[in-house]
Amino acid sequence: MTKVFGSFVANDHIDLTIEPGEIHALLGENGAGKSTMMNVLYGLYDADGGEILLDDKPVTFAGPGDAVAAGIGMVHQHFMLVPVFTVAESVALGYEPTKSMGLIDLAEARKKVREISARFNFNIDPDALIEDLPVGAQQRVEIIKALSRNAKILILDEPTAVLTPQETDELISIMRQLKEQGTSIVFITHKLREVRAIADSITVIRRGKITGVASPDSTEAELASQMVGRHVSLTTEKDDADPGDATFQVRSLTVVDKAENVVVDDVSFDVRRGEILAVAGVQGNGQTELAETIIGLTDPRLGSITLDGKDLVGKSVKDRLGSGIGFVPEDRSTDGIIADFTIRENMILDVYDRPPYAKGLNLKSAVINDEAKKKVEEFDIRLGSVVDPIATLSGGNQQKVVLSRELGRDLRLFIASQPTRGLDVGSIEFVHKRVIAERDAGTPCLIVSTELDEVYGLADRIAVMYSGRIVGIVGADTSREALGLMMAGVPADEALAATAAPEKSDAATAAPDDNCATTSAEETK
Amino acid sequence: MSAQNTAAATPAAKSSAQSKALTPIAWKFPITYSILALVSLICFGLIGRDGETTFRIATGGDFFAIPDVVVSSTVAGLVLSLILVILAAASIYLALKRITLAGWFPMVFGILFVVSFLAWAGGGSGGVIPLTTLLAGALALSVPLIFGAMCGLVGERSGIINIAIEGQLLAGAFLAAVVASVAKNPYAGLLAAPIAGALVAVVLTFFAVKYWVNQIIIGVVLNVLVVGVTSFLYSTVLTENPGLWNSRQQLPNLPVPLLSDIPILGRVLFDQNILVYIMYVVVIALQIFVFRSKWGLRMRAVGEHPKAADTVGIKVNFTRVRNTLMAGAIAGLGGAFFTVGSGLAFGKEMSAGQGYIALAAMILGKWNPKGALLAALLFGFSKSLGNTLQSIGTPVANELLLMLPYIVTVLAVAGFVGRVRPPAAEGVPYVK
Amino acid sequence: MTTDISPAAPSATPPPSAEAEPDREPNLLQDILSGSWLVSVLAIVVALLLGGVLIAVSNAEVVAAAANIVAAPGMFFSTLFSTVGEAYSALFRGAIFDWDARTTERAIRPLTESLVSGTPLILTGLGIALAFRSGLFNIGGQGQVILGATIAGFLGYALHLPPVVHMLIAAIGGIIGGAIWAGIAGVLKARTGANEVIVTIMLNSIAGYLLGYLLKQSWFTHTDSANPQSRSLDDSAQMFLLLPSPFRLHFGFIIAILATIFVWWLLERSTIGFEFKAVGANPHAARTAGISVSKVTILVMIVAGALAGLGGAAQVLGTEYKLTGGISGSIGFDAITVALLGRSKPLGTFFAGLLFGAFKAGGYLMQSQTGTPIDIVLVVQSVIVLLIAAPPLVRSIFRLPTPVLKRKEA
Repeated sequence: MTKVFGSFVANDHIDLTIEPGEIHALLGENGAGKSTMMNVLYGLYDADGGEILLDDKPVTFAGPGDAVAAGIGMVHQHFMLVPVFTVAESVALGYEPTKSMGLIDLAEARKKVREISARFNFNIDPDALIEDLPVGAQQRVEIIKALSRNAKILILDEPTAVLTPQETDELISIMRQLKEQGTSIVFITHKLREVRAIADSITVIRRGKITGVASPDSTEAELASQMVGRHVSLTTEKDDADPGDATFQVRSLTVVDKAENVVVDDVSFDVRRGEILAVAGVQGNGQTELAETIIGLTDPRLGSITLDGKDLVGKSVKDRLGSGIGFVPEDRSTDGIIADFTIRENMILDVYDRPPYAKGLNLKSAVINDEAKKKVEEFDIRLGSVVDPIATLSGGNQQKVVLSRELGRDLRLFIASQPTRGLDVGSIEFVHKRVIAERDAGTPCLIVSTELDEVYGLADRIAVMYSGRIVGIVGADTSREALGLMMAGVPADEALAATAAPEKSDAATAAPDDNCATTSAEETK
Repeated sequence: MSAQNTAAATPAAKSSAQSKALTPIAWKFPITYSILALVSLICFGLIGRDGETTFRIATGGDFFAIPDVVVSSTVAGLVLSLILVILAAASIYLALKRITLAGWFPMVFGILFVVSFLAWAGGGSGGVIPLTTLLAGALALSVPLIFGAMCGLVGERSGIINIAIEGQLLAGAFLAAVVASVAKNPYAGLLAAPIAGALVAVVLTFFAVKYWVNQIIIGVVLNVLVVGVTSFLYSTVLTENPGLWNSRQQLPNLPVPLLSDIPILGRVLFDQNILVYIMYVVVIALQIFVFRSKWGLRMRAVGEHPKAADTVGIKVNFTRVRNTLMAGAIAGLGGAFFTVGSGLAFGKEMSAGQGYIALAAMILGKWNPKGALLAALLFGFSKSLGNTLQSIGTPVANELLLMLPYIVTVLAVAGFVGRVRPPAAEGVPYVK
Repeated sequence: MTTDISPAAPSATPPPSAEAEPDREPNLLQDILSGSWLVSVLAIVVALLLGGVLIAVSNAEVVAAAANIVAAPGMFFSTLFSTVGEAYSALFRGAIFDWDARTTERAIRPLTESLVSGTPLILTGLGIALAFRSGLFNIGGQGQVILGATIAGFLGYALHLPPVVHMLIAAIGGIIGGAIWAGIAGVLKARTGANEVIVTIMLNSIAGYLLGYLLKQSWFTHTDSANPQSRSLDDSAQMFLLLPSPFRLHFGFIIAILATIFVWWLLERSTIGFEFKAVGANPHAARTAGISVSKVTILVMIVAGALAGLGGAAQVLGTEYKLTGGISGSIGFDAITVALLGRSKPLGTFFAGLLFGAFKAGGYLMQSQTGTPIDIVLVVQSVIVLLIAAPPLVRSIFRLPTPVLKRKEA
C-alpha cells in the first residue's frame, strides 16, 4: 500500500508510504505542511502534482466522499462535528440509514454507534449532544464516524492538540486497539513524547520537505533536532545582558479558558530591565494565553501582574498600553493589523489617540504621515506608499509595521508572541536586531516563541512552558537537548542531568513494529 | 479508563465549576408573572369597570347553539386575577425550589390573563366580545406569518439569511392574483404563487451564493425591488384592465365533515380554504422532516457547520440554494393568502410588513416549526385582538397592542425570553 | 467599500479578497482608476435600461407594436423609444431642469426640489453609512427618522420660542430622539449580543405604532381634530427657506452639507472615527489595540441614530410642517440604498442621496405627465444597489477586466 506525492505548494515532492496496520507518525512543526498534505489525501484539496496509490493502484479523489469510499477516514484538528447534533446524528450525517420518505432510521444509527463504542470501550452515549461532550469524547465520536464507514486508514490530524494529558493517554491506548484490529493510522503531530509512545515509524517534515525518517527508538532530543532543524543557526550579534531591577513580575498567575480548562497554571516569573526572557515550549502549552493575559485580553482567575510596582490585573488593555507595554500579538493578521487599513493607520493602531498623533479628537494627519515615513525609513519597510492598504505588503513587511508601532514609543515592557512566524530569513534577522536594541535600551522583554532558533538567538534566560506550567527557567547556554526534554514536560534539573550524561532507557514505551508490517497482506483487501 | 474523560479538568477549574453548579434562582419569569397578576388584580379586578361583558360564542348556523356567556366585568376580573395571583405565587415557590415550570404554565397563565383583560375591556360599554370572530381573525392573520416563518426557517437552517420574506409574500400575492384572475380560477393562482416566491429566492441565492453579497443587504434591497415591480405593474397593467388582470378570486371554504362542527375551534380551524389546510400540512411536515429526515439533517449540518458537511460529501452550496428556493415557494404560498386566500384583489404593498413579523416569529420560535407556529399565532392573535377591541371601542389603544409582538421579539433576541441561538453558519458564504 | 460588511457574524470569513477595493483616501482619481466609480455608473445604466424594459412591456402601445413587429419593425422601435424616452425625459425634467417650463423659475425649480427630497435621504443615509463602516447593520433608519421627526415636530408646536432658537431646539430634539432609538439597539447589542438587524427592524415597527398612538392623543397633537395628525408647527420652528417662494429649498440642506462634512471629519480625521472603523474592519485587532468594542458599538449607534433623527427633523421642520402618520415616508429604507450606493463614504452618500432625491422629485413629474408610475424609481434604485453590491457581475455584463490588486501576499 503506497501513497506517493509530488510537488505542490505546501508540500515539496513528499513521498510517504503507509504500511497496513501500522501507526505512522508524521512529525513536524506548525506550518511544516503536514495538514495540507493530509487534506489532499482526504480529497479536500486538489494536488498540483504527484499521485496517490492505494494497494499499488493509482486513485483520484474528487472529494472527501471518494476518499471515504476508498477506506480513508480523517479526524481533523478542528473537529468536523455539528455542535447541536446528537452523536448518532453526527455519525449518520452523509451516510444516513433511511426508512420510508427519507426519514432517518435513528435506531439503526444508534445501534452502529453503540456497536463501535462497545468494541473499543469508548463509552459514548448515541443520544448525547456533541456540544455537551468533553473534547476527548468528541474526538472518539470522530473516530467512530470514520470507523462506521469502514476506514482502513485513519488520519489523525494533531489529535492531541486539544486534549489534556489524561485524555491523550486514553487516545494513545485507543490507537493501539485500532492497530490491533488492523487499521492503519497516520498520526500527525509535533509532540515528541507521543510519537515515541505510539508510533511504529516516523517521518519528519520541515518546511514542506521530508527531513528524515526516524525510528521510535530515537531520543526526543534527536527527534527535536530533526524537526526543528539544525541548519543555519541564526545567530544575531548581541552583547551580554546587563540586567537591572526586576520591574516586571508575574506571581501565581492562573488562567482558565471558557471550557474551564486551566490554560495557565500558577505561573510566576520576573523580567528584569535590560534582559530578554524567552518563553519556549510547544505550541498550545499556555504561552499564548500567558501573553494575552499580561496585555489584558483575558482576565486571570488568580495571581498578580506587576509592572513598575503597579498591579495591572483588572486594568483595561488601553490602560496597560498606556503604562508602557508594547505588544506584538501572535496572530498578526487577526490581532496585529487591520488588513483594510492603510499602512500609516496600522502604524498608529494603538496610539492613535495620544500625542503627537492626536490633539483632542483630531487626528493630525500631517504628523501621522511624517512619522509613518520616518518609520518606513527606520525599519526598512518596502512599500509603495504609506496610504496603501497594509494587505498589499508581504508578511515580513507587515510585521515590521507592527514592530515599528510597538517599539516606536518609550516602553516599560515589551512582549512579543512568535515575532518572526512566517517571515523570511532577512526579516527574522532584522526583527531580532530590533528586539535586542530594545533590550539594550533597558526595556524588559518577554518573547514567546516555539522556534528554538529564535529562543537561542534572543534569550538571556529561557522559561519553558509545558501544559500551562513553567517547567523551569534556565540560562541561555542550556543545551538544545535539555530544552527539548523540558518542552516535553521533564523538570529542568532532570533534563539537565539527562543530557549531561546521555542515555536512552526511557524510550521503552515504543511498540515493536515489524510484525505489523508483515501481517498486512490480507488486511488490505 | 474512558470514565476518566469527564475528570479531565484540573482541580482549580473543578472547584470553580462546583461553585457554579448550584444554578442561580431564575427570577425572571416569576417576577414577570407576579407583575402581570398584580396588573390584572388592580386594573381589571379592583379598579375594574362596571357593567357586563358578553362573550359571544355562537355564530349563525352552528350545529350546537351555545348561548352567549354574560359575566360581570368586575367579578370576572377579580376571580380570574385571584387565580393568576395563585399561579404567580406557585411560580415563585417552584423557582425557589429550582423546579422548571412546565410548558403549559405560561400558556394557561397567558390565556387567563387575556380573558381577564377581555372581561375588563368589554365592560363599561356593555361590549360583546365575539370569540369565534376573534379567533378566526387570529388564524387568518397568522396564515401568511406562518408560511413566512416556515420559509425563513428553512432558509436560515440551511445557512441563508432571508430578510426578503416580505418581498416573497408580496410577489406571491401578486402572481396569485394575476394568474387566478386571468385563468378565472383561484386554484391557478395557488399554483403560481410558489413560483413567484421561488423567483425572489433565485435572485437572493444568485447574489448570496455566487457573489457572496451580504445576505441582509440583498434581502432588504429585494424587498424594495418587489414593492417597486409589483406596484409599477399594478399601476400600469392591473389598473388598466382590472377585469382581466386583477379580478377577485376566492378559494372556497372546504369544511371538513364532523371536525368543522366542533363549537368554536371546529369552525375556526376546519372550515377553511385549502391554503390553510396546506399550511397545517407544511408545518407538520417541517416539524417532522427538519429534525428526523435525511434532508433535514443535511440542511441543519449545512447551516451549522458547512465544512463538516463538506467533509462527508454533502454539496453545501447546492443544498443551500435548493432549500432556499423551496422555502421561497412556501413564502409565495403564504402571499397567496392575501389575495386568493382572502378573496381580495391585489393592492399595492399589501403585505404591509408581515414578512418582517414572520421573521420575528421565526426567531421567537427559535427556528423550530412548532415554536414559529405558536409565535405567529400569538402575533396574529394580538393583531386580531386589536381589531376586535377597536371595533367594540375600548380604552386600550390599538397601536399599543400591535406593538406587543415587536417588543416581545426585541426582548427575545436580547435574551430575556430564554436563549435564542441562530444556526451557527447563517449568513456566511461557504467558500472552500 | 468592499461588498461584504459582515458585522452580523464577526467571525465571518474574510470578504472575497479579489473584490476588496481599496477603501482609503478620498482620492477621486484613484477611485476612478480602480474602477469602483465606473462600476457605479454602469450599475446605474443597467438599472435604467431594465427600468426601460419594464416601462415598455407595461405599455399597451409598445406591446401592440411588438405584436406587429414583423410587419412594421420601425413602428415598434419608434414606439418603444418614444415611450421609454418620454418617461425618462420627464424624469429628468422633474429632477434637474425643465426645459418645457414657461418661466426660468419653473425651469430650475426641479433641481431645488431634488435637493429638498435629497436632504433627509442624505442625513439618514449618513447615519446608516456610518454604522456600516463600523461594522453594524443599522436597518433601523426608519424608526430613527420617525422618532426624530416626532420629537422635533412636537417641540416645534408645543414650545413657543424665538425663531432660529426654536428651530435649533426642535432639531436637537430630533437628534436626541433618533439617538435614543438607535441607542437601544446599540446597548442591547453591546450588552447581550442581540443582533442589531433584528432589533432595529423591530424598533422600526414599534416606532410606527408609537407615532400612530401619539397622533391620537390630543395632549400630544395639540388639536381636537379627529384626524391622526398634529397641529402645524410654529413659524419660528420651521427651517427657513434658502430661496424665495415658490422654491422650497430650506436650511435643512445646509445641515445636510454640514453633516456630510462632520461625518467625513469623524471618519477620516478623528480618533473616534478611527476607533469606529477599526472595530468595523477587525474587532479582534481593535480589542488588542485597547479599543473597547462594546463602547464603540453603543457610540456608533447613538451617532448613527442622531443623524437619522436629524433627517426626520429636517423632514418635519423643513418640508411637512406637521406630524402625520406617514411623516417618514420610506426615507429610512431608501437611506439604506443611498448608503450602499454611496459605498458608505460620506461624500458618496451625499451624492447618492442627491441622485435618489432627484429620482423621487423627477418621479412625480414623470407620473403626472406620462402616466409612468413613480414606483419605477424603486425598481431602478434597488437594481442599482444590487449590482453595486456585486461588482464582478457588472464587470461580466460589460466584459470588463477584473482589477488586479497589487497584493504580494495575503
